[in-house]
Amino acid sequence: MTTATIDKAAPTRTVKYGSMSRDRAWALRWSYFFLVIFAIFFLTPPIYMFITSLKSSAEISAATNPWWVFHPTLENYTGLLTSNQFLRFFWNSAIVSIFVVTITMLIAVPAAFALSRMRFWGSATLATGVFLTYLIPETLLFIPLFKMFAVVGDWTGVQLINRWYVLLILYPTLTVPFCTWIMIGYFASIPKELDEAAIIDGASWFQTLTRIFIPVALPGLIAATIFAFTVSWAQFLYPLVFTTSTDQLVMPVGIITTLIKGDVFNWGQIMTGALLGAAPPLIIYAFLMDYYIAGLTAGATKG
Amino acid sequence: MADVTLRKVVKRYDEVEAVRGIDLDIADHEFVVLVGPSGCGKSTTLRMIAGLEDISDGDIMIGGDVVNDVPPKDRDIAMVFQNYALYPHMTVAENMSFGLRLKRYPKAEIKSRVDEAARMLDIVELVDRKPKQLSGGQRQRVAMGRAIVRNPKVFLFDEPLSNLDAKLRVQMRIEIKKVHQKVRTTTVYVTHDQVEAMTLADRVVVMNHGRIEQIGTPNELYHKPATKFVASFIGSPAMNFVPCRLEDLAGKLHVRLTDRIAFPLPPARAARYQGIPRTDKLLLGLRPEHITEAKPHAEPGVEAFDAVLDVTEPMGMETLIYFTLEGAQVCGRVNPNAGAQDGAPLRLAVDLNNMHLLNEVTGVVL
Amino acid sequence: MADVVLHPDRAATSKTVRKRGGLHNMLKRKSTVAFLMALPLILLIAILVIYPAFYALHLATLNKSMQRFIGLSNFEFLFKRETFWLVVKQSCIFAITAVIFKAVLGFIIAHFVHNIPAKGQRKWRGMLLVPWVIPPAMSTLAWLWLFDPSYSAFNYTLSFFGIGPIPWTGDEMWARFSVILVNIWVGAPFFMIMYLAALKSVPDQLYEAAAIDGANWWQRIWYVTLPMMRNIIAITTLFSLIVTFANFDIVRILTAGGPLDHTHIFATWAFRIGIEGSDIPLGASVSLFMVPILAVAAIFILRDISKRGNEA
Repeated sequence: MTTATIDKAAPTRTVKYGSMSRDRAWALRWSYFFLVIFAIFFLTPPIYMFITSLKSSAEISAATNPWWVFHPTLENYTGLLTSNQFLRFFWNSAIVSIFVVTITMLIAVPAAFALSRMRFWGSATLATGVFLTYLIPETLLFIPLFKMFAVVGDWTGVQLINRWYVLLILYPTLTVPFCTWIMIGYFASIPKELDEAAIIDGASWFQTLTRIFIPVALPGLIAATIFAFTVSWAQFLYPLVFTTSTDQLVMPVGIITTLIKGDVFNWGQIMTGALLGAAPPLIIYAFLMDYYIAGLTAGATKG
Repeated sequence: MADVTLRKVVKRYDEVEAVRGIDLDIADHEFVVLVGPSGCGKSTTLRMIAGLEDISDGDIMIGGDVVNDVPPKDRDIAMVFQNYALYPHMTVAENMSFGLRLKRYPKAEIKSRVDEAARMLDIVELVDRKPKQLSGGQRQRVAMGRAIVRNPKVFLFDEPLSNLDAKLRVQMRIEIKKVHQKVRTTTVYVTHDQVEAMTLADRVVVMNHGRIEQIGTPNELYHKPATKFVASFIGSPAMNFVPCRLEDLAGKLHVRLTDRIAFPLPPARAARYQGIPRTDKLLLGLRPEHITEAKPHAEPGVEAFDAVLDVTEPMGMETLIYFTLEGAQVCGRVNPNAGAQDGAPLRLAVDLNNMHLLNEVTGVVL
Repeated sequence: MADVVLHPDRAATSKTVRKRGGLHNMLKRKSTVAFLMALPLILLIAILVIYPAFYALHLATLNKSMQRFIGLSNFEFLFKRETFWLVVKQSCIFAITAVIFKAVLGFIIAHFVHNIPAKGQRKWRGMLLVPWVIPPAMSTLAWLWLFDPSYSAFNYTLSFFGIGPIPWTGDEMWARFSVILVNIWVGAPFFMIMYLAALKSVPDQLYEAAAIDGANWWQRIWYVTLPMMRNIIAITTLFSLIVTFANFDIVRILTAGGPLDHTHIFATWAFRIGIEGSDIPLGASVSLFMVPILAVAAIFILRDISKRGNEA
């Protein structure tokens, strides 16, 4: 009786174990299969940008296999990188982004510190308000802002419209709320005892911020910096509305408005420009991926 | 070095009184431990001394000066926190010297102070490490080092050992005592662990519900508790309380526990309790070590009785026994060779010379 | 101890008053510092966000030359125009379809990434997030080129299967499809990253317990994964709904609203009318129609965020 049961049980058990691991192996194979498909879907546009950027206009208009480069050339790159106009776009974008990142951090970090550690009248409301502001899209505000700056120009004679530095005023409305919000989250995760220890050690509030909080929350600070940079580099609507002269344009708008001339599309140059425009965020992403992702997820998981 | 004085100190959070009027005098060089269950106000009291909490009422004096409105950094105190609160981005040496660097001490002075503290705490080889690379015990030493280099008037400890495992806790306890013997700085130490309180303190302050229950040396608290709370809080296993009342039997004052059990009181005790009304509901308080196996020869004040044991716990050098008296679980300590067995009867003896009698309603020890 | 409470004598009372004043000053000092630190943020929000929002309301009540108050005439005018209702319909369809596909796709991809051995996950995750990193204006250009009427690389490939040529941006239905497709391409990686973070936070013991209880993979997803991720899913979806609904870049570059306004959404139409058409009041009125939907989404997000806070 006993032996019979064991005999019966033994094979079924091994079969079950085998099928389990076989199931898992198949699940893994399917996972890779679909991941490859999704990767193709996600990477086709950037790869196609790169392929096209290596083609001459002649090869593009010959309508050969679009997925292959028969006569690779760097003429699109040399053409753009020697064009004063294009370099101007790049320069404008760089200057705007660097200034915006600096302004954003100077506003967001002290505010986040005040909101996460030093209660004052209305501070809780303000924290919520910061988050709500972050949810307001730029497409809601560009028309009244445009009119506002036009009116300011009329009244004071300070012309802001069609000047690249108007973007230094506009972009912080997009970057500061989010950066403040995630810095509040990072600061809030620092144990309270740490600032109490600093206070007992004789640090002022300012010293606590600069010598304890900023170094300890450095990963959050980097994530916020990356976010501010990517947002200001990628912003399209505000420069499209507020700047028109070619010497005032930033990358995205510059490429779209100057390289697309009526119906004549020089796609080789456009794709090269787009790739060069996408390069700075991609390079930062390649080197600081973990901070980038931490910043992305922090918006919803912190606070 | 300085003494610390609290006068009628009150802490209110909105409507809740966390600390309800505390008077405490701590002498220079003294090591005082505030002990009590969580929420008793001991940590709040410490934080008020540190200046991390504003006081709602009363006065705090350090070295004779009222410091109510003095910010923490100007009170010349140092604090060791439960989770160590080491700055994670600084090395051990930088952690220890942070306060001195903020006060712009000369470099050589900082270095000599840090070296001295590191030597005292035996962490010389760790000074260049970051807190993350340290074990819990080492972090605790660094936190103490940070307090020592400041050479403050008062050390404040907020449950510094509760994050350590049991073995390390005993070791660090001794370490703290050694450091105090060396630097002799006035120390206020908060813990919920009565063993820590007993072993470290010159004087223990037992707190409950925002008030001081009793202040005294460890031995005073153990042998002469003022209230039921102190009696039950200090000592492990805790003191037994059995409902009882007083009765005059054959001209002698007896304490009656059950219908069957009534013990005659020793003369000294009888004289002391004579005035208590016989109808009062009372509690007999007996520490486990005063309930032992019955000895063959009678001693004065030691009375024998029979009990059926519920559970026994052999501890090696002794055996803890548990039995039920008048619905109360009672613990005693007997010799391992006394033959105590689960569910078996045993003849026990109580030492009434060390008994306590409490008012069941007020909890006051009579 | 009791007598402390019983003797609040005159001296003590007067002392209390003095102390309160001192304490009050200190609190005031600290909160003043805090307020000053937050002041640039407050000014920024007040001047560049709150004020323009109300200014938009004011603008919407003016005539085209902004000389005259005309009340709600701009809105009446909009309600009568067919294009307006087209824009309303398209904005809603775009946002809802795109967000649903992004959410589902993101969930599936996150699962596949979570399935493979941990050491390869970083690489795949890094690759799959690329669409989110490229500035949308730049990547939409690539799509525009992929959809080119005469040189479309997609049509070239499909021609081998005997399909096409497809008028990706020329036909109204195909143009809508293309806009939604690009939207999904840009947004799905964000969902993937959020879900992946959430999946990692589900303790393995829960799955082991479910497996011991006899749950198959589907039941495990339904009874363990989804409930554990509910909050993240809600927040991500609502957040994406706002971003997609208010999107400008993709439609502007891919179709500029065409063909015949059949891909216009609120943002692009407001731009066309307000900036290109120089009718600022009417443009402001159009963009104001985004507010109700954004507000509803924002309220739900706030609720979920505070719920998270309470759970933690």
